[in-house]
Amino acid sequence: MIALIARELRIAWSGGGLLLPVAFFLLVATLFPFAIGPDAALLARIGGGVAWAAALLAALLPLDRLVAPDMEAGVIDQLGLRGWSEASIAAAKTIGHWLGFAPAVMGAAALSAALLGMDGPTLLALEVGLLLGTPGLAALGVATAALTAGLRGGGAVAGLVMLPLALPLVIFGAGGLEGGAGAIKLLAATSLLLCAGGPIVAGTAMRIGRT
Amino acid sequence: MTLSFTQVKGARGGRVLFRDLSFALAAGGALWVQGPNGVGKSTLVRIAAGLLPPADGSVARDGAVALLAEAAALDAAVTLGAALGFWAGLDGTRDRLDAAMAAMAIEALADVPVRMLSTGQKRRAAIARVIASGAPLWLLDEPANGLDAASLDRLEVAIAAHRSDGGAVLVASHVPIALPDAQVVAL
Repeated sequence: MIALIARELRIAWSGGGLLLPVAFFLLVATLFPFAIGPDAALLARIGGGVAWAAALLAALLPLDRLVAPDMEAGVIDQLGLRGWSEASIAAAKTIGHWLGFAPAVMGAAALSAALLGMDGPTLLALEVGLLLGTPGLAALGVATAALTAGLRGGGAVAGLVMLPLALPLVIFGAGGLEGGAGAIKLLAATSLLLCAGGPIVAGTAMRIGRT
Repeated sequence: MTLSFTQVKGARGGRVLFRDLSFALAAGGALWVQGPNGVGKSTLVRIAAGLLPPADGSVARDGAVALLAEAAALDAAVTLGAALGFWAGLDGTRDRLDAAMAAMAIEALADVPVRMLSTGQKRRAAIARVIASGAPLWLLDEPANGLDAASLDRLEVAIAAHRSDGGAVLVASHVPIALPDAQVVAL
């Protein structure tokens, strides 16, 4: 399992590394002050929500390289031969994907706090929310990548499939910024549900894709 | 008994490719699946590997399986040594890897990135993974594809050595390969 996670992480780092999600996140966070204008009060009010939307978009970036290349190259077949269930392959991919983008996004969120005029407590709430919510985003990402592997233009379709399903995470994540303990608990529950169900869905999709 | 098929029906995409196929492959044995392109050789290999369920009948396997398929399953971005080392690490057979790479004459390519290798070199690397795996049953799908004459000789030597160690091999190939005393299944 560790060898598999390490391989996922190596692929994530070689394909643009930690920099790509950070740059993407910062780019989205930078667009808003330009688009809305330098009204600090307004930016501070929407900043957390912008950060969540940026995190979601950053999680979408590597979807097309998560599952499809491994299915094409026969890696999933060779792992299946060695007794790996598709669900455990998907679980390893989820952990590798999370390690590949979540710490980078959390770092970028701290950087963007200045751009978006967030204060300390809001940033702390955002980071806690991201820590709880990004595993769910990672599991959802692997599941959609597996569902859309083999489709032409799979990357774009994956985005269309994933974004609506990620809405609860964004809603509860942004809700948690306003100091609702209930929202944080719901965020954690949603994330847990996605982490439990994601690898099973992804594994089933990979098995069907193979036959 | 390493591998046995009983009344197996193989289908792909709803189309029946073969039916009532029965054979048994014992330790040290070899089976040559022959037939033209598209007749179901790869489907048979994938059923034997357990990657596809048989449409009917039953398949029994005993022990680990090593598969040489069309896709090499080697990471393009890393060196050949690292790509093969990943699989040897999963199999717990790192100590056998050097000998296997020498057997296919690719030890000099260990530091070359996989994406720089030719088709034949990748093929030899995939064969080296099968040799290194230590699995008692080898399933080789068109192993001669992309190999030059010298590499084909090396493959035949490796298969003979595997069989004399008590291993079994199933070869699906439309071109002849030296397999002394092999059973033949013609699809």
